[in-house]
Amino acid sequence: MRVIRIDKSDWDAGVEKLRDTYRLIGPVKEKFYHTFAALEAGQIPDMEYVNSRISPKYAIYPQSEIILSCSLNEDDEDYKIYHEPEDKNYEQKAVLGIRPCDADSFELVRVNFDTEEYKDPYWLRAYESTTFVGLACDSPCPTCFCTSAGSGPYSDKNLDIMLVDKQDHYLAEIITEKGEKLAKAAGWQTEAEEGATDAIDKSRADAESKIKSSVGTENLAKQSLLDLYEATVIWEKPAFACINCGTCTYACPTCWCFDIQDEVHGKESFRIRNWDSCMYPIFTTHASGHNPRGTKLDRVRQRFMHKLKYYVDKYENGIQCTGCGRCVSLCPVNIDIRGICNMMNSYDPESCTCEVTAS
Amino acid sequence: MENPYIPYPVRIDEIKTETEDKSLKTFKFVFLNPEDEEKFAYKAGQFAELSVPGLGEIPIGIASSPTEKGFVKFTIFKTGKVTSYMHSMKEGDIMGIRGPLGNWYPWETLEGKNVVIIGGGFAFTTLRSSIIYMLEPENRKKFKDINVIYGARSPGMLLYKDELEAWAQRDDLNMNITVDSCDDPDWPHHTGFVPTITEQEGPSGTDDTYAIVCGPPIMIKFTQPVLDKLGYTEDRIIMSLENRMKCGIGMCGRCNIGKELVCKDGPVFTLQQLNQTPKEY
Repeated sequence: MRVIRIDKSDWDAGVEKLRDTYRLIGPVKEKFYHTFAALEAGQIPDMEYVNSRISPKYAIYPQSEIILSCSLNEDDEDYKIYHEPEDKNYEQKAVLGIRPCDADSFELVRVNFDTEEYKDPYWLRAYESTTFVGLACDSPCPTCFCTSAGSGPYSDKNLDIMLVDKQDHYLAEIITEKGEKLAKAAGWQTEAEEGATDAIDKSRADAESKIKSSVGTENLAKQSLLDLYEATVIWEKPAFACINCGTCTYACPTCWCFDIQDEVHGKESFRIRNWDSCMYPIFTTHASGHNPRGTKLDRVRQRFMHKLKYYVDKYENGIQCTGCGRCVSLCPVNIDIRGICNMMNSYDPESCTCEVTAS
Repeated sequence: MENPYIPYPVRIDEIKTETEDKSLKTFKFVFLNPEDEEKFAYKAGQFAELSVPGLGEIPIGIASSPTEKGFVKFTIFKTGKVTSYMHSMKEGDIMGIRGPLGNWYPWETLEGKNVVIIGGGFAFTTLRSSIIYMLEPENRKKFKDINVIYGARSPGMLLYKDELEAWAQRDDLNMNITVDSCDDPDWPHHTGFVPTITEQEGPSGTDDTYAIVCGPPIMIKFTQPVLDKLGYTEDRIIMSLENRMKCGIGMCGRCNIGKELVCKDGPVFTLQQLNQTPKEY
């Protein structure tokens, strides 16, 4: 890994040069909030942003995506035979300014789409054709708890380049081969002055010390799955408050559940994958009407048990959460994953009690 | 990279109405590309996603046996959007199948053992697959006694009637057919619920005896205590679950019971495994 210096006066020109090789995606302000969007010619990402309201998972995994199509015209040779659409575009793209926590989420999600038995070609091709240029986080939100969720404001383990803002310039860690290629394409090649690594380490320590909230996760793997499942002391309160709106699942960078629906347009049929949510009753309703997760409590419990217990046990890869805090700040009824995680972590099945924390 | 979402195109070769209320039909499919049949190599107990272009996909247990070549069979209960449409489809129509998906009955474990098959209603499809598989001459010698207990509401609601009668004539399996009630005085089989017949006719549980149980929840609920009484341990009771599914390959996230995905880690579980998961099925 090497560190280069990118003067902010060279930033815009570099971004322009990248367009020859990459489709660019970056944070832009839409009305009141930031979102990750395709950057039109001449459009510069807003690097002053805090974070996007919805996680940038859709850069890899669109909210709605045609996965197959087929002809419904009887005269066609491939009548009713589904195939991949021809217009899938997996040219190289670069996501500029992604926060380290959001980049780390892709690693957590990958275990779902890239398995020994099956590979999801859409997710994998999109991920592999993307270069991630991260922006280290110097002013975290009060809802951030990344440092205790396996990530951090300077977590660079899933970035190709990490930018550290130094007012009139960035210090950029070039982490991977992909990052090296992108820096070259942008013409960013000035080696940083001596002491740059130390400067980054200092900023990292400063940023980490600003993160005041945390979750306890050390006991989650040891806890009995069925004990936690049956711990009504944990589930009843959030289930009472929850309105099953699904906001948490849509905003979350690590929620991956989807639905598949067929839609017909003229003489063509499309098989479409859409984000789905475990908050919705129909997510699990059988054709017979029977629903194994028929109550709000079942669904609230599923979301937290999935992230904080089933995932932990199944993949032995920590919790399925990077601590971005979006679900905490967007929940309309103030359900807080940090409090629930702490309750699960501290639950004692003998006395049916757990620790209740402020957040 | 193999795309696991693309179905193999198939042609409906034959449709047979199975039950007197016409709610169940068996579809026999032939692969449009013969090489797809080889790729679809399956084991008894697995399922597939049946795909009707423009409507969607449904997960259905494979009713044919891996020993039957040249076609695959599925028995479909008319209940939702896709199944209702399928009941109006005709022989010769084109659709798709994707799979085989999920695990299978533990044939390696069952070798050299007594096998008791307990089925109720239309959950008999993968059990048909299993019986045909075990009765294949080269396979039959791999298993000791085979007992089958299969029940439906009435004689007209039994699936695969001709095959049931043919199996009842054989001496290499012990066939117990039952109906909840019947006003035909000449009905040659049992009358009574599956749990009752299991108690009367089922062999005792031994280290060498495994039960495969598939049926409606109410049947399973009342069969379980009977099997306990007969001496079956939890690891020798094998069950097949169903849950709402979309992808069938463990990715879409809805069919889980705890950390197990019914589509990929199942649908076949032992009772011992199920007792360690939340009962979300």
